[in-house]
Amino acid sequence: MQKFLWVSMLLIGTVTQAQTCELIFSGIIEDQHDDSVLSQALISIIDTDYYTYSNEQGEFSIENLCPGNYTLEVAHAECKTRTFSIKINENISKVLKLEHHYEKLNEILLKGNAQRINKSAPVDYLDQTLIAEKSDQSLGDLVSSIAGLSIMSTGKTIIKPAIHGLYGSRVTIVSNDVRLEDQQWGSEHAPNVDINLAQSVEVIKNASALQYSGDAIGGFIVLKPQRIPVKDTLYGKTRISGQTNGQGGSIHAGLVKSSESGWYGALDGTFKRYGDFSAPNYVLSNTGMASNTLAGRFGINKFNYGVELSYNRVFNNLGILRASHLGGAEDQYVALNSPKPLIINDFTYYIDRPMQEITHQIVSIKTFVKSNALGRIDLRYDFQLNNRREFDIRRGSDQNKASLDLDLETHAISLDCAPKIKGLSYLKTGLLGRFFSNASNPNTGVKRLIPDYKRYDLGIYALAGKPLGEHLEAELGIRLDYMNIKAFKYYYLALWEERNYGILYPEFELETLGTQILTRPRFDYLNPSVSAGLNWSVNEQNELSLNFALGARNPNPSELFSEGLHHSASRIEIGDLQFESEISKNISLGFMHSRTNLSLSVNPFIRFIDRFILLEPTGIQQTIRGNFQVWSYRQADVLLSGVDYNLRYTLNSELNFDQQFSLVKGYESDHGAKSLINMPPPQLVNAITYKIDRIQNLEIRLESTYTWRQNEFPDTNFEAFIPETQTLELIDVSSPPGAYHLMNLEVGYPLLKLGNGLSKLTVRAENLLNTSYRNYLNSNRFYADEIGRNLLLSFTTTF
Amino acid sequence: MNTKCNNISKSTHMNGLSFQLNAKSFAHLLSYAFALLFLFSACSDDDTPPAQVDEEEVITTLIVSLTNNNTGEQIELRSQDLDGNGPDAPVMQVSGNLSVASTYNGSIELLNETESPAENIHEEVLAEGTEHQFFYTQGGGLNVSTQYSDVDNNGNPIGLIFTLATTAPGQGTLTFTLRHEPLKPNDGTLSGAGGETDISVSFPITVE
Repeated sequence: MQKFLWVSMLLIGTVTQAQTCELIFSGIIEDQHDDSVLSQALISIIDTDYYTYSNEQGEFSIENLCPGNYTLEVAHAECKTRTFSIKINENISKVLKLEHHYEKLNEILLKGNAQRINKSAPVDYLDQTLIAEKSDQSLGDLVSSIAGLSIMSTGKTIIKPAIHGLYGSRVTIVSNDVRLEDQQWGSEHAPNVDINLAQSVEVIKNASALQYSGDAIGGFIVLKPQRIPVKDTLYGKTRISGQTNGQGGSIHAGLVKSSESGWYGALDGTFKRYGDFSAPNYVLSNTGMASNTLAGRFGINKFNYGVELSYNRVFNNLGILRASHLGGAEDQYVALNSPKPLIINDFTYYIDRPMQEITHQIVSIKTFVKSNALGRIDLRYDFQLNNRREFDIRRGSDQNKASLDLDLETHAISLDCAPKIKGLSYLKTGLLGRFFSNASNPNTGVKRLIPDYKRYDLGIYALAGKPLGEHLEAELGIRLDYMNIKAFKYYYLALWEERNYGILYPEFELETLGTQILTRPRFDYLNPSVSAGLNWSVNEQNELSLNFALGARNPNPSELFSEGLHHSASRIEIGDLQFESEISKNISLGFMHSRTNLSLSVNPFIRFIDRFILLEPTGIQQTIRGNFQVWSYRQADVLLSGVDYNLRYTLNSELNFDQQFSLVKGYESDHGAKSLINMPPPQLVNAITYKIDRIQNLEIRLESTYTWRQNEFPDTNFEAFIPETQTLELIDVSSPPGAYHLMNLEVGYPLLKLGNGLSKLTVRAENLLNTSYRNYLNSNRFYADEIGRNLLLSFTTTF
Repeated sequence: MNTKCNNISKSTHMNGLSFQLNAKSFAHLLSYAFALLFLFSACSDDDTPPAQVDEEEVITTLIVSLTNNNTGEQIELRSQDLDGNGPDAPVMQVSGNLSVASTYNGSIELLNETESPAENIHEEVLAEGTEHQFFYTQGGGLNVSTQYSDVDNNGNPIGLIFTLATTAPGQGTLTFTLRHEPLKPNDGTLSGAGGETDISVSFPITVE
């Protein structure tokens, strides 16, 4: 700051030379404490009509200025407003610093300090501006804008994020320092988080962030909580959106009250409601959704200690495409050979069966203290209760009963400390204990898909970074996890014997009851994880990183215990008690190049996974309902490899070009290099952003996404007898759909400032050309097209 | 057990807030953390197995009774799959051959035999007649004709009662398919009706 003032003084003394009003004043807004950039700061020139907002990189630019002396006012929602005097007689660029309070006082919210950990890992960030614009979307939709991320979905509303094709229990999701435990084992279980509660989202595309877990062999998605300034203030935000497809919208409102003394409280709520979505040519019947979130935080932040109590409740009621609910191979044959869904009704907001109702609640208490000897110490406890109810189409008195009704309770306690050690750029170490209890409501009248179980976890880790010279930094992390699981499981006796479990696990048997047998499986797992990396700032423009991560994931309850009909997939799924942990060894390389008008990053990776658990068809089972395909879980050594690439080219101050490409290949190491199922096809995104400064920073973005057909897939087709034609017919459940090209258009218009805040109006057209297409990673692709054109209008404001 | 749990949780609170944290209080913190962990495992471990779930909706058994109009002779077609969606295949029985040029009165019984006494599912199907329909499909060298003998509340067939007429001798399969939520009325074919398959059983039939 001092330096800046000094420079300003000098400038004031110089003689004005330029005479025309064509000068450009540009710069970057930074936090005085840690030099992090501040987006959405309002920069205005007092007594003129000139003003602008800083972008995601903290940059701003004001054009067409006449030479002269100006007073500049810079305001930001989380900082004290500051004025600067400036003399402009040529095009100049300045760094303006604001005092952002939370480094000093708001420690509980900003974990650690400015030193970034996991520096050598492939990391991507999504900031507040982007989150605000996509306020209506799910976490999966939001992060899928990152190269290498895709979504595994069941229709439009059940969306799971996938990192390099890995998802579910292979991806750890952390929200407000709590590792989300919401039965992520199911492919049609979407994470229950509200992106509106996050300040930013960090995605780590390998298993290296050992401070969170050792089993995220796909990677991590970390939602950082909203930072609350420590000053006497009351502010809020509102995000409203409405759209044509689904004829619904979302509303988010948040209010923060904080004081100079450190006390603060925050309250957030989100409400979403959509009716049936539509493909270009028909209504996707029963795909509506209703969702609401309530979140509150209350605490105190002092320089050397802090406490926070928080509560978060997310409720989702999600309709499942009516035409995707099938009886067996015969129905599958008819559905697959129909060009459009077999059931198309008129548009409605009513959500009928099949549907899901999920309530996820988190209570967390966290506290930190700072000491000279041990640095910062964090102690956290959280309790999560996940209730998942799935409703199928049923008969008779069971019609209104859920077919699946699971309660998963999780208690977790963790202790972390980050002592400052001379010679290390950081050190972070911690302990974690967790207890899970899963209970299935026996009154569903359907045999449990997931048995009742109890699980205990213990983990310990340490991570450190050490500078090796001026431009090189080394990182090392180790972690050890112990897990114990005990279940009560009723097996079909025939399966118990067929799998030889009677001989392998006689100690598990408790009692035979008719065609079923009650068993008590117990397993222990002990897994080490390691992460090591190097980060080399070659020069001002180039940065190289190398990271090795070894992670281990235990088989989840569905992989161990599944045994029965999976209605939404119309197949019988069978787990295996003999599974051992998956071990992943990942090597990631990172190359980053940035100069004034170009930034480029290329991240190739290779990942060997031993004993990867995959699900594949193994036969046909006859039942009185006809034939069903049987899918069994199996372990195989696999190899994943690929590359993520990003480019941003600034043509001039108004025009930006962005390009993104990602490619993943997955094969089994033996079995003749058989392709892995559900690997995301290659994707290329090109976008042009045109920002018109003279029309209040109006921003127009045109985006084109080309997705290739996935040509590498395992053949999982089978034949079934069709009584009507008395023939055996091929049921093609493996051929991926064709390539497709989508266009999106977005126009963002920052409105005149309302009081102290800022507002923005955005119009977005998704699938602009109303293209009919099917997505390989959407399990509804067998039955219906993806949604067609959608026009969305959104308004965000802070006050 | 409970008193022990309470003691531990009481003594935990607020210790984490001391300003000058030394190694000793750190050790305390740590021990409390582990005490809490122990608490979880100790307080919630129980060995009572959860109740077994009876598959309420499963149809284990389909019995088709065919009575010869002239002779009163009874033929029974039966398919029984006691483990429902479990790994065992259904067991099928056909009690005899049909006679040529005869008319049979047919009736269908559906049971869930996982429950005791067995639940009559055909009553549910009858009650929800507008949402169900049976279809009879013949294949191979079989040459029979079928006709519905019952109607739902809207006057459309359900198919729990029917007549079957044989003409020439032959051998082939007769498939009974129960569809849930088919299009009603429909053209009488499986593909025309749609809906979900609740039952699909093919019996080998001989007409002599």
